[in-house]
Amino acid sequence: MISQIIFALLLVVSGFFIFKRYQFVKGNILLGQKGPETDRKGERLKTMILVAFGQGKMFSRPFVALMHLIIYIGFVVINIELIEIIVDGLTGEHRSFVGFRGYYRLLINLFEVLAGLVIIACVVFLIRRNFGKIKRFQSAEMKTWPKRDANIILITEILLMKAFLIMNAADSILTVRSATPARVPSFWVSQISQPFLKPLSTGALEGLSHFCWWFHIVGILGFIVYLSYSKHLHILLAFPTTYFSKLQSPGSLSNDKAVTNEVKLMLDPNAIVEPVEFTRFGVKDVSDMKRTQLLSAYSCTECGRCTSACPANQTGKLLSPRKVMMDVRDRMEEIGNAKAANKGVWIEDGKSLIRDYISEEEVWACTTCNACTDACPININPMEVLVDLRRYLIMEESKSPDSITSMFNNVENNGAPWAMSAMNRADWTNE
Amino acid sequence: MDFKIRTMADCMAEGTTPDVLFWVGCAGSFDDRAKKITKAIAKILHHTNTSFAILGSEESCTGDPAKRAGNEFLFQMMAMQNISVLNAYEVKKIVTGCPHCFNTLKNEYPELGGNYEVIHHTQLIQELLNTGKLKIEGGEFKGKKITFHDPCYLGRGNGEYEAPRQLIQALDAELVEMKRCKTNGLCCGAGGAQMFKEAEKGTKEINVERMEDALAVKPSVIATGCPFCNTMMTDGVKHFEQEHTIAVKDIAELIAEAVDL
Repeated sequence: MISQIIFALLLVVSGFFIFKRYQFVKGNILLGQKGPETDRKGERLKTMILVAFGQGKMFSRPFVALMHLIIYIGFVVINIELIEIIVDGLTGEHRSFVGFRGYYRLLINLFEVLAGLVIIACVVFLIRRNFGKIKRFQSAEMKTWPKRDANIILITEILLMKAFLIMNAADSILTVRSATPARVPSFWVSQISQPFLKPLSTGALEGLSHFCWWFHIVGILGFIVYLSYSKHLHILLAFPTTYFSKLQSPGSLSNDKAVTNEVKLMLDPNAIVEPVEFTRFGVKDVSDMKRTQLLSAYSCTECGRCTSACPANQTGKLLSPRKVMMDVRDRMEEIGNAKAANKGVWIEDGKSLIRDYISEEEVWACTTCNACTDACPININPMEVLVDLRRYLIMEESKSPDSITSMFNNVENNGAPWAMSAMNRADWTNE
Repeated sequence: MDFKIRTMADCMAEGTTPDVLFWVGCAGSFDDRAKKITKAIAKILHHTNTSFAILGSEESCTGDPAKRAGNEFLFQMMAMQNISVLNAYEVKKIVTGCPHCFNTLKNEYPELGGNYEVIHHTQLIQELLNTGKLKIEGGEFKGKKITFHDPCYLGRGNGEYEAPRQLIQALDAELVEMKRCKTNGLCCGAGGAQMFKEAEKGTKEINVERMEDALAVKPSVIATGCPFCNTMMTDGVKHFEQEHTIAVKDIAELIAEAVDL
């Protein structure tokens, strides 16, 4: 009975933490501006199915994609087992669904095969990440927490899968010894570890099986709570992020509606314009960004494909598109925490996304080549964030490199980025 | 030029309407190297009896470099002025000599009231080839190794990878691909208004990095479809002192030379 109460308490406590974190993340995303991304629902759904569910963009690197797919399928399928675990935990039974016999055996065998594959994939990823010479895992922004975060999750996954397999092996041996009411056969993968467990006494095996069961469920609940604090939020947020991702031609940038109104009125003071909500031009801080952009920052899993494709980063510039998205997320967290510590009221802290997180040097290094967005497995768009920051610098602070200022002057006065007269535009026709 | 190139104003005075407006672009109008590309495009249009005109002194910057540098005001001012000119001439179809103009006119003008069919010059030449209006017979590029550097705003930006490649193959040339090509193509370093400023501090220039990709496939010609890429690649060739062995040419120039225009 006590164990049932402990189990129920665990469920409630982890549920509470997940709910609190959900509220926190939601609050941070709502700091942003409402976007117009509610149109073209069919196309959005299709993008989500292909890119998030189908992992279409992962397969540009087939080996890694396969490893990732195994972990993804493992995560989704093995968690069906959670239903039984919860029923067991609340009723105090062990293996409540064993009565389904053939189906049960088949399902557990399937889970075991996936668990085995997940362990292999996680080991491969650990080796790759820590010992492989992969530049994008060694960047400046990948020290300390981001590096630890990745390793914690991989090791936890391995331990969870091991616990599941050892519990099965122990139960199989106990069944042969007729020492358990939940009679289960040998399963495909866990039978490999049976020889190591057979020397143990029946009591020790019962203890081991129990321990593994608790380890597994506490681990999973802990994992779900942890996930919400880590880059592993991508497991869930990849879906809305791809759904809201840009449908326009990848080369296009949005036309700022507030600017359109100003320009229309400038060209014709009697023009009729549709008023738009307006805070400032461009992006100074995360609250100027669109909610969908903030959501995408939370869904970044820091894989660094954007950074490894970025021409500025490859040639030693400070800019890293991955860091841009991590900065957006870190700034949201900072604001969220400050608000939480002050009863939900935001007191201006004198900091902003530009300069305190992303330097002007980074902002100006972008060539807008779109390689980052193209490389992102879930369509996150760091390029637009950089252009939005430029919009703030130019339109609010009139701050740009000198040569850019003279380019602007030329465009404005001569209709060309160089100091050339429009009258000479057709000179080539006479040459 | 040994034939007359009409402006839209000329056409209006004559009471004619050309089928397509040739949007030359700033580089194509003012940069000495890019002017050669402009002339090659014009020669191909003339040779194929394509009815076309230019805007001449009425053309202005599309606003692309201003927009990408964050000056949305200036961009929209340029866009609206250009749109009023284009709409006054009732322009339906535009061919551009530059992927940046192409992208801006095609993707960013419609919302501001400029709706046209916009194509890049490699797409128009491909169309002329496929409809039989342009015939290319081997010629001087037969068997030569040509690699194509994808302009970001033609390739990744607008998904056009095939038109330039089909044209290279029509030259009977050997099309060799760099290790980074098509969707993985590396930028030349000029986009996003970088053309008009010094690069930030780094370990290398982007065009040098790109030139290493090109040198690895030992081409005799690096083909481009963008006047800015052309500049960056030409500088890259000079950086490695390869200007006597490797030519940097626009697809339009290759075609014009092969057809002996």
